[in-house]
Amino acid sequence: MSEMSAKQVLFEPIFSNNPIGLQILGICSALAVTTSMNVTIVMCLSVIAVTAFSNLAVSLVRTQIPGSIRIIVQMTIIASLVIVVDQILKAYAYEISKQLSVFVGLIITNCIVMGRAEGFAMKNGPWLSFVDGVGNGVGYSVMLLFVAFFRELLGAGSLFGVTLLSPVNEGGWYITNGLLLLPPSAFFIIGLAIWGLRTWMPEQVEEEDYKMSRHTHKEAF
Amino acid sequence: MAKAKETVSRTLLVALVLSIVFSVVVSTAAVVLRPAQIKNQNLDIKTNILAAAGMLPNGAGADEIESVFSRFDVRLVDLDTGDYVEPSFVDVNDPMKYDMYKAASDPKMSSKIPSSDDKAGIKRRPNIAKVYTLSENGEMTRVVLPVHGYGLWSTLYGFVSLEGDLNTIEGLGFYAHAETPGLGGEVDNPRWKSQWVGKELYDQDKTEPQIRLVKGGVGANTPDKQHKVDALSGATLTSRGVQHLVNYWLGERGYAPFLKKLREGEV
Repeated sequence: MSEMSAKQVLFEPIFSNNPIGLQILGICSALAVTTSMNVTIVMCLSVIAVTAFSNLAVSLVRTQIPGSIRIIVQMTIIASLVIVVDQILKAYAYEISKQLSVFVGLIITNCIVMGRAEGFAMKNGPWLSFVDGVGNGVGYSVMLLFVAFFRELLGAGSLFGVTLLSPVNEGGWYITNGLLLLPPSAFFIIGLAIWGLRTWMPEQVEEEDYKMSRHTHKEAF
Repeated sequence: MAKAKETVSRTLLVALVLSIVFSVVVSTAAVVLRPAQIKNQNLDIKTNILAAAGMLPNGAGADEIESVFSRFDVRLVDLDTGDYVEPSFVDVNDPMKYDMYKAASDPKMSSKIPSSDDKAGIKRRPNIAKVYTLSENGEMTRVVLPVHGYGLWSTLYGFVSLEGDLNTIEGLGFYAHAETPGLGGEVDNPRWKSQWVGKELYDQDKTEPQIRLVKGGVGANTPDKQHKVDALSGATLTSRGVQHLVNYWLGERGYAPFLKKLREGEV
């Protein structure tokens, strides 16, 4: 791993090893907080801060952590950082913290944070771990913003709360797509994004686990 | 090195140091940021009272909100009798400092709601409530009443604002809840809340509120449309909760005795 440069560590997770696109992690919050761009951006910044600093903290103490309690140690670090982020949001971005409600707290359970702490920060130096945290946070953010862009634009006719397509129920012409405001729509958009990503970078396509053999017996019909 | 850190004493030491360090971090953050959070919460409550009353100036700053809010009288009301009570009755000097939700968990200051009556799902009701009234030229033009009740996941806390006739709804808004974002969380949607404006609480007899949240929308030809509001899509239980809490709080066990006395000019 040591031959990886900081630049690689930072940019890899954005497209070629995207935590949502390739690793399929962090889907839960990707469904929940992507109805508007404003809320999504705050969520993204929170996740970037938490992954970056938890990676840094885990990496700093990695040589001291006994293997038997390493998961709970990482958990403590992550949980503390999430509480701090939550407190800061409540003090300085009260409105948005109300909209994010439980999902800030749920960053603790975001697999990306824990995954990077266990998978990267335990084996690498503080600086590289920090960069890896930022990179993965940004990778998560890119995907979230992509989802939120379509959900807010087509679902509510606005971006960052500014109306672009004036919706019918406010006297405009755009019939809003209500499905896009519901969580399942994020699945469709993420699915399409993953399709696009894998068409662009075919090396991301997993090999098939098995190949179906030809049908040889004639069965009931 | 690799072996040394796996001993029991070492494990305990790491766990202890880690707990201490992070409890300091967390509690520092909580203590340092507390004043800003309380300020936000208070401002948010005032903002919500004004928003429910339809008096929130567009894009108002904190000072503007404080100044508009200062026109309201904050009074305490005994829910059983419907009479005003002095703040000293609940041991506070400023009615603003009385917390009716804290009182609801104090056996001396609240009463248990029999489960057959407990439409709002709140189990206990404070004896004394805090109401906000606005008078212009000696005539009461608005009354803002705090309401709360259970939705799907959480208790919703909010306000209902009534016009001077004490029957027509001027607005409604919730300032704290944890309903599903995008579904039940849409109780905060201004477009949905705007439907409440002009709805009427009571029938002729003025005892039980008749508010209904109905599926499929409320058109010009809907019977009893003055009592009906379109329910939230995909949030049946939150909608039902809102209907129940409004009807509970504006009913006999809630503010109805107070509103009756206000209407008859007895308080």
